[in-house]
Amino acid sequence: MLREHRPQTLFDRIWQNHVIASQSDGQQLLFIDRHLVHEGSFHGFNKLKDKNARVSRPDLTFGIVDHYAPTRIRDISKIDAAIAGMITQLEENCLANDVRIFGLNDPRQGIVHVVGPEQAITLPGATIVCGDSHTSTHGAFGAIAFGIGASEVAHVLMTQTLWQKKPKSMRVRFDGKLGPGITAKDMALAMIAAIGADGAQGHAIEYTGSAVEGLSMEGRLTLCNLSIESGARCGLIAPDMTTVNFLRHRPLAPKGDLFERAAEAWLSLRGDGDAAFERELVIDGSEIAPVVTWGISPEDALPITSAVPLPDDMTDESRAAHTREAIDYMGLRPGMPLTEIPVDRVFIGSCTNSRIEDLRAAAAVLSGRKSAVPGLVSPGSSLVKQQAEQEGLDRIFVDAGLEWVDSGCSMCVGMNGDLVPPGERCASTTNRNFKGRQGPKSRTHLMSPAMVAAAAVTGHLTDVRDLMGGRS
Amino acid sequence: MRPFKTLDAKAAPLPFASVDTDQLIPARFMKRSRSEGYGQYLLYDMRLDGEGNPIQDFPLNNPARAGAEILVGRRNFGAGSSREAAVYALVDYGFRCVIAPSFGDIFASNSVNNGLLPAQVTEEDAETILSLIENSQDRAFVDLDTCEIRLANQVFRFEIEPVWRTKLLNGWDDLDLTASYADDIARYMVSDKERHPWLQEIPASI
Repeated sequence: MLREHRPQTLFDRIWQNHVIASQSDGQQLLFIDRHLVHEGSFHGFNKLKDKNARVSRPDLTFGIVDHYAPTRIRDISKIDAAIAGMITQLEENCLANDVRIFGLNDPRQGIVHVVGPEQAITLPGATIVCGDSHTSTHGAFGAIAFGIGASEVAHVLMTQTLWQKKPKSMRVRFDGKLGPGITAKDMALAMIAAIGADGAQGHAIEYTGSAVEGLSMEGRLTLCNLSIESGARCGLIAPDMTTVNFLRHRPLAPKGDLFERAAEAWLSLRGDGDAAFERELVIDGSEIAPVVTWGISPEDALPITSAVPLPDDMTDESRAAHTREAIDYMGLRPGMPLTEIPVDRVFIGSCTNSRIEDLRAAAAVLSGRKSAVPGLVSPGSSLVKQQAEQEGLDRIFVDAGLEWVDSGCSMCVGMNGDLVPPGERCASTTNRNFKGRQGPKSRTHLMSPAMVAAAAVTGHLTDVRDLMGGRS
Repeated sequence: MRPFKTLDAKAAPLPFASVDTDQLIPARFMKRSRSEGYGQYLLYDMRLDGEGNPIQDFPLNNPARAGAEILVGRRNFGAGSSREAAVYALVDYGFRCVIAPSFGDIFASNSVNNGLLPAQVTEEDAETILSLIENSQDRAFVDLDTCEIRLANQVFRFEIEPVWRTKLLNGWDDLDLTASYADDIARYMVSDKERHPWLQEIPASI
């Protein structure tokens, strides 16, 4: 080799594979392997129409109805006209551009970040974008996946490329083994609490360590999903046999010999051992307790065993101001134990925690028990729903008194009308506890599916480990 | 896109951390087309009460702030959802520059694509600027060429990704630049089909 080889991270390697051109200012033109569009992508399609352009690679573009998908009635003629219009608009835009669409009544419909992996639209080594910040989810397969805005959606539609400056590198290593009842959700919230909601801004996070390797694909998807809540551009995990086994026989995965050739390439896709990261963070996985959020930012997260912070004791004035604002909005008392916070309803769903494993974890806690509050369970895809019903999980939720509904983004963002009423407090498996996220004046506490199930049973935030005797 | 070189304008304070894009434009207002305008929905649930009346002590409702083109916030401005409508709301309301100690990455990128300058200052400078404008020194001069904010005879440095600075200064649209690489893109697709056929060709049956 004439040129000195600088050790590369996994991210470097995938990035380098996609560079079409480089500018002197550091900007690089990247090829985009997969583009997912949803109802909110209409601004991008409108820009395309304004320029009389067509979708450059319709074969690499997939339309999926999720953000506005109604979860109780699937007959589009019987739902709110404005919401129906959003769904029809996506279907028309896809049809007009020969883009494959998973429409409202397609048996494979679901949340883009659940359907992508489920159908193997998502593959290791790929670049994946979508006009949705939680696109970071797909990094679980060892892909560079990130959310983009409407102008960028239009650019990808027209050229199948994007100009990007390479983000900085960060490695987060979770050592050890997770304790009973501890999930990827707790890992992610513990990390965000440690570094802040803007702690990883401008960085691509590579997750490593035994606690990460021990996660199923579902867990890895949850962990990467929440990367954006730490401010990171994306998160990714090196592919291994868990990845390959998940993809084998999926509908859009390569077939036969090509799959074997691809799998070999995927398994060799990893960073050099001596590659340097600009930032490093090590977390002891065995020390992580179930985590809940108490405030209005995902960084307002604490172990369930602790109490609401005391702003008067804080030396950082802007931190104290944020804490007061959060406590006021959430209707809490400084210093109150987190387990004393009552809930009015629960929600299990969203691109963060709506996969089969999430539903199983919640059902294991709810089985034979009643929910003290109303709640909604929305599976991540219509196929997840079908599988859960085959396993009888739907009966457990319904017998507990929860509503078992169809798939979509639902109460995570409320665009389809599934809202938390003003002033109500919701224990939720979602990703954002922002003010009003689940509806005007709604109050959200983020936690894992098992923790939401525990809160449902007792009617207040609860350490799920206390309800687990003999269950897993 | 309209180039951004300098801006001599009134500034308004927004003294909150983590003003996320769900605050900047609540999800329920996102069904409209761009041409219908998003300005009236900016910070809707912070600015207006349940009946749609202005909340008296909210900074943007102060008549003295009318016509402000510079918004000054605290850390983690524009975190969250990738919705470009958050930028449409700011731009349609009349803002051309947001000053804050840190920005959500996707928000900052969306801003640049719409000619809105995300000017990153230190937390200390953000606090100083906030207190200056809260005390009626509300006119600021923003110079993108020198990356300086001038206010009440003080000068504050701001940071911006050099690529974004060039783009804003020139009013460039990425599409113009990409068009000149059409041949390179075509060549990439051919060679990647050899290297990673599973990425370039997807089974047809779905």
